[in-house]
Amino acid sequence: MPSALPLADPAPLDGLLPASAAEGASSRNFGVYLHVPYCRVRCGYCDFNTYTADELRGAKRSDYAGQAIEEVHQARAVLDASGLPDRAVSTVFFGGGTPTLLPVTDLAEMLHAVVGTWGLVPGAEVTTEANPDSVDLDYLLALRAAGFTRVSFGMQSAVPHVLATLERTHDPARIPLVVEWARQAGLQVSLDLIYGTPGETLADWRVSVEHALAQRPDHISAYALIVEDGTKLARQIRRGEVETPDDDTQADMYELADRLLAAAGYSWYEVSNWARVDETDAGGQRHRSRHNLAYWQGHDWWGVGPGAHSHVGGVRWWNVKHPAAYAERIAAGHSPAIGRETLDDETRRVERVLLLVRIREGIPTSELTPAGRLAVAGLIADELIVPADALRRRVTLTLRGRLLADAVVRRLLEA
Amino acid sequence: MSPRALQALAPASTDPAFIRNFCIIAHIDHGKSTLADRMLQITGAVSDRDMRAQYLDRMDIERERGITIKSQAVRMPWELDGQTYALNMIDTPGHVDFTYEVSRSLAACEGAILLVDAAQGIEAQTLANLYLALENDLTIIPVLNKIDLPAADPEKYIKEIVGLIGCKPEDILLVSGKTGVGVPELLDRATQLIPAPVGDADAPARAMIFDSVYDAYRGVITYVRMIDGSLKPREKIMMMSTKSAHEVLEIGVSSPEPSPSKGLGVGEVGYLITGVKDVRLSKVGDTVTSFAKPATVALKGYSEPMPMVFSGVYPIDGSDYPVLREALDKLKLSDAALVYEPETSVALGFGFRCGFLGLLHLEIVTERLEREFGLDLIATAPSVIYEVTTDDKRTTTVTNPSEFPGGKIASVSEPIVSASILTPKDFVGTVMELCQGRRGTMLGMEYVGEDRVDLKYTMPLGEIVFDFFDQLKSRTAGYASLDYEPSGDQVADLVKVDILLQGEAVDAFSAIVHRDKAYAYGVLMTERLKKLIPRQQFEVPIQAAIGARIIARESISAMRKDVLAKCYGGDITRKRKLLEKQKEGKKRMKMVGRVEVPQEAFIAALSGDTEAKKEKK
Repeated sequence: MPSALPLADPAPLDGLLPASAAEGASSRNFGVYLHVPYCRVRCGYCDFNTYTADELRGAKRSDYAGQAIEEVHQARAVLDASGLPDRAVSTVFFGGGTPTLLPVTDLAEMLHAVVGTWGLVPGAEVTTEANPDSVDLDYLLALRAAGFTRVSFGMQSAVPHVLATLERTHDPARIPLVVEWARQAGLQVSLDLIYGTPGETLADWRVSVEHALAQRPDHISAYALIVEDGTKLARQIRRGEVETPDDDTQADMYELADRLLAAAGYSWYEVSNWARVDETDAGGQRHRSRHNLAYWQGHDWWGVGPGAHSHVGGVRWWNVKHPAAYAERIAAGHSPAIGRETLDDETRRVERVLLLVRIREGIPTSELTPAGRLAVAGLIADELIVPADALRRRVTLTLRGRLLADAVVRRLLEA
Repeated sequence: MSPRALQALAPASTDPAFIRNFCIIAHIDHGKSTLADRMLQITGAVSDRDMRAQYLDRMDIERERGITIKSQAVRMPWELDGQTYALNMIDTPGHVDFTYEVSRSLAACEGAILLVDAAQGIEAQTLANLYLALENDLTIIPVLNKIDLPAADPEKYIKEIVGLIGCKPEDILLVSGKTGVGVPELLDRATQLIPAPVGDADAPARAMIFDSVYDAYRGVITYVRMIDGSLKPREKIMMMSTKSAHEVLEIGVSSPEPSPSKGLGVGEVGYLITGVKDVRLSKVGDTVTSFAKPATVALKGYSEPMPMVFSGVYPIDGSDYPVLREALDKLKLSDAALVYEPETSVALGFGFRCGFLGLLHLEIVTERLEREFGLDLIATAPSVIYEVTTDDKRTTTVTNPSEFPGGKIASVSEPIVSASILTPKDFVGTVMELCQGRRGTMLGMEYVGEDRVDLKYTMPLGEIVFDFFDQLKSRTAGYASLDYEPSGDQVADLVKVDILLQGEAVDAFSAIVHRDKAYAYGVLMTERLKKLIPRQQFEVPIQAAIGARIIARESISAMRKDVLAKCYGGDITRKRKLLEKQKEGKKRMKMVGRVEVPQEAFIAALSGDTEAKKEKK
């Protein structure tokens, strides 16, 4: 999640939601995101809400699981009191920071708290992010035993100088090992890649994609590096120490990745995400990240932990960022939410367009305004959307359209 | 009160023998306003307490730029050898754009103080005004100013002045407007040497308007010099050019605050107020006479203000158009030379075609519009008046490249000026190069003093309005000065160059240029626009064309990536807000066909900012 929190309304201390949040809830999935705000080192490009010290103004890393579990209990009470129906959890996602920096028993306890509180739907997806150098076979076996089904490794690159620029500490040679261990443990595997790092060439990028593909993971995410304000990398770029890769190079890299991934049997299902499609997987859905899809499809989720964002039925809120402030609020029995916004119908519609356009199935033209439906013709002419799908009243991106997705969104929302 | 003249002479009853009318001829920055301030102080016209730096320049812009746009007249008492005199100092505009106004101010005087900066020497504009003063038979009193400056070199510039006007070295007074040194001596000298005005007190009244100023409270204040007869309060007067009649509500002299009097007599200088609200009814150079007993012959030298330079002025925010219209309507009340009419540009929307006396006038007007009316404006590249004759013998007057007729052109005629450029001799080569590049024809070259040269050229005005002055300054380290005056028309091989975006001409960028320069203009503009227009979702060809013939082309390649890589739970609100911001940003875009062009690109392309920035780097 980005470090800067949006400006919005204050959130009430009891965390109670307006009645509108419950409307239509039974037709939406419910997911839980658990944020772990600790890392061993901070990477130069990272602006996530994470901390490297073991203890921050009285907030101890070792106490964190207990606080998160407390918020889970609070969440249940708030949802019940706000009139939300009882829903089992469809997906759980541990993100960070580095969740695997915590002892595996902490992750297990947190997961058990979620399961004990709401229960899981059959076949629920339970993912944790992991650093390749923070897990071993025992850790992964323990995750699986605790109920995790999936692990997402922050591989980023297979090229030493690129990893060095990103300040990632792991040895690329460790990737095959951890992937193999995860597989042995019975976990699905996703690899995260970053392209467009200063100094990275197209050839470097090809090495990384091929290296990732050689592991035959179930899922690959490839993100263009976003240089966020306030990061060390942003300062280095401002001082001219490293040069940002231009958009054209990044576009070349994206196209190369898409080509290599498609040839290896991976299919895009969101602008930056590809899932392996097995022969028996007719719909190509099997290896997609269902937790992430829930974000784009407007389902409900509760975000646990400092700085975590939640969304329930058009109400969006976010927690205090600092672990110490978070710990204080939890200890006092208050909601850790610091800001909230209740989206009106038009804003929800805008969000649906901007999120759904990003996924493979796109958005039905029926969800667009008349002006938006007119804009579809221009998007076909500019080869940004798939004509055959548009004729079936659905806006889906072409390869070129994926690279210009934000422009497509603007044109669909114009007027 | 004056240290010398204890009792000022009363207006309307002053013997012309004791009146002295003079002006100060000086270049911008040579200290005219400071000297005038000092005279006001030393004569006691203004108390020390009320002294405000550069008292006579009333408008903020004038004060900031250190130049005088509107002249005014001040009556000051002065005593010499036991006799009290009334000195009328007429402040003159110092810029080439206002030559006509200067000439009328000079016509109101019998003498002129030639004020030269002792560290800089005489400048081209000063020479031009000095020439006008001699044409009007004024007595010249040469003065070197700023002698207190460490860089002052009086000896050198005394020689220069002697060489120019043929006076004796000791005739040149050394003063410092800043400290006041030499100013009393200067006032004495002016009283001694400047002839008294001569006129027929019994003839029908004739007064020449040398300035008219709009005042928000009082309406138009008309500054006049009485030639013959007299004018009195409540009298009905008539403007001889328009035959319009008005009643004099107030008449008086500035000293320097307006001070009503019983009237104005022969040789006197003062103001009159009739309640008129539009300066156009009180034209500089016109003759005021009595309605009851009108003069039969108007004073010589009157002419209508002639706009020389035209530019399209557009509000950046299209919804400001009514505000702009109102602002121009108000401005015209105080600026008789400003002309305008509505104009529509495909690229810029609704605006006005405005005519100006020159580039400075253009700058002052747009700056006043922005400052006094809070407008954000784009002004198109300045253009001059072309007469275009087509093969079918029809002639069109073109002040805007978009009016340039299509089809076969038989001839195009353009205004030319005779220009005088004064430059240190080390820069003669570079100035000549510049002038030749601007189609100048050299008429002559003369040394002014030891190390400066006066270069005379005829040159198309269109070349001068296109950034000539900036070039001249930058190539001569700021030392060269320029003066020019219209000197007719010439036929030249001129063509219209259009700039096309995706095949569509952008009217705001069209220009009329000499055929030999069309290619350079085309390359310049296409390169500029390539830098200024952001990439679109499609390729955008930029072309320069004469008619259907493409002479230069560039292309903005299509944008390939415009997507935020990550959009997860915590990113959605931020992403939506970014989208809203982008929507806002789009409002500042002008659509040319399908191409989104930021307003900033128009402004930069029209002002040439891109190259300037590059040079600074």
